[in-house]
Amino acid sequence: MITIKNLHASIDGKEILKGLNLEVKPGEVHAIMGPNGAGKSTLASVLAGREEYEITEGTVDFDGKDLLDLKTEDRAREGLFLAFQYPIEIPGVSNINFLRAALNEIREYRGEEPISAKDFLILVREKSAIVELDPKLASRSVNEGFSGGEKKRNEIFQMAMLNPKLAILDETDSGLDIDALRIVANGVNKLKSKDNATIVITHYQRLLDYIIPDFVHVLYDGKIVKTGTKELALDLEERGYDWIKEEMSL
Amino acid sequence: MSYTENDLAEDLQNQEYKYGFVTNLDSETVPKGLSEDTIRLISAKKEEPEWLLDYRLKAYEIWLQMTEPTWAHVHYEKPDFQDIIYYSAVKQKKYESWDDVEPEMKETMKKLGISMDEQKVLTGTNVAVDFVMDSVSVATSFKEKLSELGIIFCSFSEAVKTHPELIKKYMGTVVPTSDNFYAALNSAVFTDGSFCYIPKGVRCPMELSTYFRINEKGTGQFERTLVVADKGSYVSYLEGCTAPMRDENQLHAAVVELIALDDAEIKYSTVQNWYPGDKNGLGGIFNFVTKRGVCEKNAKISWTQVETGSAVTWKYPSCILKGDNSVGEFYSVAVTNHFQQADTGTKMIHLGKNTKSTIISKGVSGGKSNNSYRGLVQIHKNATNARNFSQCDSLLMSDECGAHTFPYIECKNSSSKIEHEATTSKIGEDQIFYCQQRGISSEKAISLIVNGYCKEVLNQLPMEFAVEAQKLLAISLEGSVG
Ligand SMILES: Nc1ncnc2c1ncn2[C@@H]1O[C@H](COP(=O)(O)OP(=O)(O)O)[C@@H](O)[C@H]1O
Ligand SMILES: [Mg+2]
Repeated sequence: MITIKNLHASIDGKEILKGLNLEVKPGEVHAIMGPNGAGKSTLASVLAGREEYEITEGTVDFDGKDLLDLKTEDRAREGLFLAFQYPIEIPGVSNINFLRAALNEIREYRGEEPISAKDFLILVREKSAIVELDPKLASRSVNEGFSGGEKKRNEIFQMAMLNPKLAILDETDSGLDIDALRIVANGVNKLKSKDNATIVITHYQRLLDYIIPDFVHVLYDGKIVKTGTKELALDLEERGYDWIKEEMSL
Repeated sequence: MSYTENDLAEDLQNQEYKYGFVTNLDSETVPKGLSEDTIRLISAKKEEPEWLLDYRLKAYEIWLQMTEPTWAHVHYEKPDFQDIIYYSAVKQKKYESWDDVEPEMKETMKKLGISMDEQKVLTGTNVAVDFVMDSVSVATSFKEKLSELGIIFCSFSEAVKTHPELIKKYMGTVVPTSDNFYAALNSAVFTDGSFCYIPKGVRCPMELSTYFRINEKGTGQFERTLVVADKGSYVSYLEGCTAPMRDENQLHAAVVELIALDDAEIKYSTVQNWYPGDKNGLGGIFNFVTKRGVCEKNAKISWTQVETGSAVTWKYPSCILKGDNSVGEFYSVAVTNHFQQADTGTKMIHLGKNTKSTIISKGVSGGKSNNSYRGLVQIHKNATNARNFSQCDSLLMSDECGAHTFPYIECKNSSSKIEHEATTSKIGEDQIFYCQQRGISSEKAISLIVNGYCKEVLNQLPMEFAVEAQKLLAISLEGSVG
């Protein structure tokens, strides 16, 4: 699905990613954990194609294509989805129109006809149910005046609508109460298939009780320094990150 | 399902100014230049009565004493008033009916998307149209149907002949000849425009619309529009305009007067798309317009404008809230790109008690353009409990454009309440990135974001126009970011 090799990225001349390697195969769920400022969101932004970052070294293969060579919108059209840590508000543009525009651009890229109004509405109904999103939110302006939790749910609703190959969830769990967390996690699980993959970026082990990862990675100072199974997440929860630092400096 | 941002993208295949063509029909023009003789000639060509010629000549006298205003935040080379053709009409055997209209003219209207086809009303288009090219009105549709209700909707020249008493009674009462330099000029040389009268208690069943077109090279367009809504009546009036692409600057100096008698309501919408000049600032229309309405008791006037065209715009649709409880509204989107300059806004003059006004202005500027909001809220001493709410937002698309706000408030009554809010923001890179991450191209993202930004104003437009306006916004903003 995606193979990242020796990725280096900097912003304003400051190197944030310092030789990152990661491989995700179809059907897998990977969790990336790490202390604040380690570069988790940077990794997500770089993969999604945020222009502010300069890629100084490394390669990213996405399903046989050179990801770094694709425009931001083409990465999305190829099936890369990023659930933002801080979803953006777009006043005056309804969620529905926004998604219809997105869906149809993706379909056009694949040489498909625009979706009919009827099919679109059916899809909206079906997918909003997955994250138990209040149907009223679907017709409101994108994220405007949404609570923190609603924004996060809306991200997963959009993911459900666009049906990506690879979804990167950047701290989708933060700011959610336990019920919302369960709903969002269930939504993500329902969308899982043997053909798609998910990268879950999180601070807390608790999300991984619901979304069971195949692998857990520790991102520290711009690199993946440790990889394990879900037990690693429990270890981190208990012992923090300091022991990893110590282990590394050995 | 209604028109969505998505349909918009499909309509944007042709991103250029698509109304830049010229219609090749023989025209009859008067020689360049302005003098008493020119005015007599125009008046004679239009077979006008003596009183109207006198009105024009008096206006000309006044104009000669005036100087061009310089207070607007725009810079341009002053027009040479002796180098303009003041009258141009397609040579025609009189258009007695639609069948008399030349095929070329019909083709022009088709290209502009104007439908005179009255049958179409059955399929949902519910707009009566008056089409004015250069100095004359070409055709007006639905006249008979409207006249059954006592509604008069015709060209201004025709109204002078058929309803002189109404013209005499109302013309110049809201915008006096001496009001300003361009209003005086217009009063001297105006050629055609629309006239509309809605009788007492009648709710006009369809949108009335005038489409203005400049075609001939070297001409100026000086139209005159007068809308009178008698007591308790209602009308929604639309106006659209385009011009060919030329290297020269052409002058458009219109006067629009609205009169809303007791309990009447006039909704006046404009989609202004005069040729803006090319991306280096060459050519384009100078749009110097005086628009004003007066509200009697409990009356309401609502101006909605989407201004995307013209090289230089100077325009302040205003309301005189004369009657108690009258209401004035101004909803505006002004988009400037490349080297365009706009200085636009409104005046709300509160004279009556409990008068209320609302101003919503959205300026969007890109390229190296300059976009100013200029507004006056004036509360006179008898205007007890007057209320005004103003909101002026500016959205910057580039680092080289300018956005300015000049709000003036004059208040002589302490019971009044005036609120003013203003914001300036740069189009969010985060917003564009968010859209792109969902598969939406950056151009489309900009169009979505700007349309969303202007929603409050666009929502005021009748459906047919709202769609047109959305497309226009997107086209006008091509290449604006930077
Ligand atoms: N625009 C920027 N300019 C300079 N440094 C930045 C910028 N954006 C992020 N950083 C820095 O990059 C590092 C990684 O940030 P981020 O990827 O957001 O971390 P995480 O998501 O792991 O908490 C932090 O030290 C942060 O301060
Ligand atoms: Mg982060």
